[in-house]
Amino acid sequence: MSARGARVVVAMSGGVDSSVAAALLVEQGLEVIGVTMHLAGGASRCCSLDDADDARRVADRLGIRFYVANYTDAFRAEVIEPFADAYLAGRTPIPCVACNRRFKFRHLLERARALGAEAVATGHYARNVRDPETCRWRLLRGRDATKDQSYFLFDLDQEQLARVRFPLGELTKEEVRARARALGLATADKPESQEICFVPDGDYAAVVERLRPGALPGEGEIVDGAGRVVGRHRGIHRFTVGQRRGLGVALGRRTFVTGLDAAANRVHVGTQEELHAARAVLEGATWIDGAPPAPPVRGLLRIRHRHEGASATLLPRPDGDVDVRFDAPVRAVSPGQAAVLYVGDEVVGGGWIRSSAP
Amino acid sequence: MDSSPFPRIYLDHCASTPLDPEVEEACIRALRDHAGNPSSLHAEGAAARSALEQAREQVAALIGARPDEIVFTSGATESNGLALHGLVRGSAEAAGAARRAVTSAVEHPSVAEPLAALEDDGLEITRLAVGADGRLDLASLEAALRDGPALVSIQHANHETGVRQPLAAIAASAKQRGAWLHSDASQALGRLPIDVGSVAVDLLSGSAHKLNGPKGAGFLYVRRGVPLAPLLRGGPQERRRRAGTPSLVGAVGLGAACALARREGARRAAESARLRDRLWEGIVAKVPGVVRHGAATDALPHVLNVEFRDVAGEALLAALDLEGVAVSTGAACSSGSLEPSPVLLAMGVPPARARCAIRLSVGLGVDDAKVDHVLTLLPDLVARIRAAAGPA
Repeated sequence: MSARGARVVVAMSGGVDSSVAAALLVEQGLEVIGVTMHLAGGASRCCSLDDADDARRVADRLGIRFYVANYTDAFRAEVIEPFADAYLAGRTPIPCVACNRRFKFRHLLERARALGAEAVATGHYARNVRDPETCRWRLLRGRDATKDQSYFLFDLDQEQLARVRFPLGELTKEEVRARARALGLATADKPESQEICFVPDGDYAAVVERLRPGALPGEGEIVDGAGRVVGRHRGIHRFTVGQRRGLGVALGRRTFVTGLDAAANRVHVGTQEELHAARAVLEGATWIDGAPPAPPVRGLLRIRHRHEGASATLLPRPDGDVDVRFDAPVRAVSPGQAAVLYVGDEVVGGGWIRSSAP
Repeated sequence: MDSSPFPRIYLDHCASTPLDPEVEEACIRALRDHAGNPSSLHAEGAAARSALEQAREQVAALIGARPDEIVFTSGATESNGLALHGLVRGSAEAAGAARRAVTSAVEHPSVAEPLAALEDDGLEITRLAVGADGRLDLASLEAALRDGPALVSIQHANHETGVRQPLAAIAASAKQRGAWLHSDASQALGRLPIDVGSVAVDLLSGSAHKLNGPKGAGFLYVRRGVPLAPLLRGGPQERRRRAGTPSLVGAVGLGAACALARREGARRAAESARLRDRLWEGIVAKVPGVVRHGAATDALPHVLNVEFRDVAGEALLAALDLEGVAVSTGAACSSGSLEPSPVLLAMGVPPARARCAIRLSVGLGVDDAKVDHVLTLLPDLVARIRAAAGPA
């Protein structure tokens, strides 16, 4: 029907990364369709209809078709509400992983198939390569170590990895900006979004309070390592393991949040040492290859996005949970965060931190 | 680039229409021939004035009005705003001051939002529900009119479904109760006959670009004696009802479109109805799981609102667009905001189903072959979208 290349849908946020990703695919001769997912509604800085306007201008410039896909209801149910509930349960959620898996690589992949495209491309700094021997897909860090986003993609499965393109995987951010400027893209120097897109000004407690006004925990005790009540708090959803500021207690030494007990509505505080954990349990573990590697599973475990990683041994249990033993104690292991296992540049798998222990 | 015999098939004539060649010629002449300001006293001004007044006569003739009852505007949105704000303010000193308004739940945002703004300023508003057929109940209008002088604003026909409201009966009720009646006729104009001599409407909005005229031109019919305050002040133009030099090309294009509609409207409407029916019969025959919203024998002749079960309207819109077919998921403004159609919601369609509706509207340039081509595309596209929603 058409002499052009295969059809591919690019998730365009209006930012520089996805704009350049789209441009690179156009250069490859593919029939590129830009889609902006409208996710978080009016309150968000990201994925708003203003960003869609930016993306539309880029699409015009690239001469590609462009559409907006509306997922605000699903995003609220599948990402924002679980985010609020996690805080109320004393965890520190990382909603970007669910957003990627459920929206970019499920809803959008579905939309791509609806439009006759077999693949979805994004502006993530990550690489997916097919192993020529096993024919299995592997997920690797982006070439730009400072921008690598593979952490957020750890729970993609083989089916998804086969249908995903990461055109920026081999590029650095500077190269991407240079490409954007060379292409005359309006978004070349747009500031980067760092915070969670639906949390304005980083005030996540306000998001929780707006979403779950009836379920707020109310005041409770702040307890130290010896079980002494050392203060009071105004809701555990305002705290994160490792947090130092805003505790309102003065113990004459540096004091950190070491744990959150939702059932007792207690915030546990302690010293720097008490903040360290040598063991952890992960739940909901997934493995890029579909099954865990043969034990012992060794590698570098990253316990939050900016964490460089800590050497650890993972023991997958038959029930799907994973016991983690760190080679040396690790600071601020926060329940709710993703723990992602790397061997070299490769993502092996990961899970969600349920608990930690000294 | 495209070997298809149909580079584009435009089925969104409710959103806007292509310029008719006859209108185009009139517009080009208006742009080319008139240096003067219609308000100026020299020969150039008089020539421009003459063109403007001829256009006014053409508009008036289409609806049975007097030329001096026609106010040129930038389009139906301005006309609706002028009608509603203008009447509320203009009637404030009059005996029949409009302190209450009665409207329907299915009005275009350019009516609903000015009314909401006036409500914030103290106007009391009754919004009449519509039935599953999209039509309002005259008895509820009668009831709403019992409480004293009011402004009634009810569209002639709906922009998403084509459902027609019983304007003559509404006008009779309004007149009997001493209420002012405004009607947004932008979708119906030229497609359904309207004669302000026999239907007692006080204010009527129309638009050029829904009628194969240029975008950015419209009019408000203001019955003689209706107290209307201007929105734009600063000059005596349009009998002090709309200051500023009017768009001559817009007015002339609107006039030409109205003249064309007066001459050809009935024939074109019949042709549209035939194409629409061909489209719908083809869809029913070839695509399983479809529901038509707002079907009625007296509805607008060119509109088809179809729900394809379990097919997101925005996905089908994009899939059709990639194949060269332009359709809509609702009012152009609703599409921009990505909310399910408030019109379908008002008709009792649940949100999840309303999101599966698309609007196909035919008009100039659409023919049997194009309709048939769309009918060859639709079954596969709908099946592909339904399959995509399942497991990968």
